[in-house]
Amino acid sequence: MSIFEYNGSALIAMVGKNCFAIASDRRLGVQLQTIATDFQRIYKIHDRLFLGLSGLATDAQTLYQRLVFRHKLYQLREERVMKPETFASMVSALLYEKRFGPYFCQPVIAGLGDEDKPFICTMDSIGAKELAKDFVVTGTASESLYGACEAMFKPDMEAEELFETISQALLSSVDRDCLSGWGGHVYVVTPTEVKERILKGRMD
Amino acid sequence: MGDSQYSFSLTTFSPSGKLVQIEHALTAVGSGQTSLGIKAANGVVIATEKKLPSILVDESSVQKIQTLTPNIGVVYSGMGPDFRVLVRKSWKQAEQYHRLYKEPIPVTQLVREIAAVMQEFTQSGGVRPFGVSLLVAGFDDNGPQLYQVDPSGSYFSWKASAMGKNVSNAKTFLEKRYTDDMELDDAVHTSILTLKEGFEGQISGKNIEIGIIGADKQFRVLTPAEIEDYLAEVE
Repeated sequence: MSIFEYNGSALIAMVGKNCFAIASDRRLGVQLQTIATDFQRIYKIHDRLFLGLSGLATDAQTLYQRLVFRHKLYQLREERVMKPETFASMVSALLYEKRFGPYFCQPVIAGLGDEDKPFICTMDSIGAKELAKDFVVTGTASESLYGACEAMFKPDMEAEELFETISQALLSSVDRDCLSGWGGHVYVVTPTEVKERILKGRMD
Repeated sequence: MGDSQYSFSLTTFSPSGKLVQIEHALTAVGSGQTSLGIKAANGVVIATEKKLPSILVDESSVQKIQTLTPNIGVVYSGMGPDFRVLVRKSWKQAEQYHRLYKEPIPVTQLVREIAAVMQEFTQSGGVRPFGVSLLVAGFDDNGPQLYQVDPSGSYFSWKASAMGKNVSNAKTFLEKRYTDDMELDDAVHTSILTLKEGFEGQISGKNIEIGIIGADKQFRVLTPAEIEDYLAEVE
């Protein structure tokens, strides 16, 4: 079994009209056994920048701690928060530093950049960035997620419709994947507020 | 400053609380050729005298104003070779920042890094402080900025400043002439007039150097022909 499938995960980020949404499943497993049903995969870096980490849970936690450390120092030195594009470049550089002994994570980065323009990107475990204009997905359920998003996505959705779309895409995909699921955790971010919602799906 | 017993080791404080080597470094700066900078509302200009030791020197090969990044330039007063070392280190710092963040380095961050290097050389063994003061001119998201960095590693943001031989006259002149709403062209004229104040001999496009950065955020050194045009406007 692949190391990326040890804990199980599912992550989506989607772009809307001057807003974005980022969603994850809540299962933490050790291969076939479910350990937790409230595991946090999405982290806030600052009010307009969120990071989701799929893959090996221990690496996700450590990587998150390192990134928050770097961002806090940046904020102290430069007296401003990082732009999403800058943060993505930094994550990519950090992952490549460990090229021959990598973190077994795939990050999903979502944020609001200058002029409230939504920014999403994903990368592989050694930092190959992939910018997208519509949606990005990672995790054990990624193949189903790609299909669901492709079918359900429309450009320029408002916050409420975006929430519905991303939730449906997430829940229907994790239902086809035994390693992810047990509900969903969705953040919808607009220039004025962050709405956090928990989804109840098939609890298995 | 007669603490000569304490002027051998630069890492030792003198009883009066000074690091004598830094005082000496500032003296080296003070006897260097005059340089100055002016921050305008829409850009920054830095300028310096370019007095060469002999007419046989090929003046086009001497470049006292250097570009650190496309939107940050620097000029110095003091020891040229020390300046070259600092410029090399700054290039590397700026590129390292860009490699990590894929963003151009903000002016304050680069100034901080240069100042940290200069401070290192006042607290390490077996080295001496840099015999230069720098004027760093840049334009980034925080607008036009002008910073002076001293051999001690302290840095200051200025609206207008001068360093080197004629510093007190130049600063007095700048104080009288400076206005907050100056445009870049006015600033270039003012900088030429300031250099003229203490200039020995006939000023021309070949014995001064001027670097400007405007709202286009591109730092460039003016050609001798462009300087001649500005000189003609000033006459």
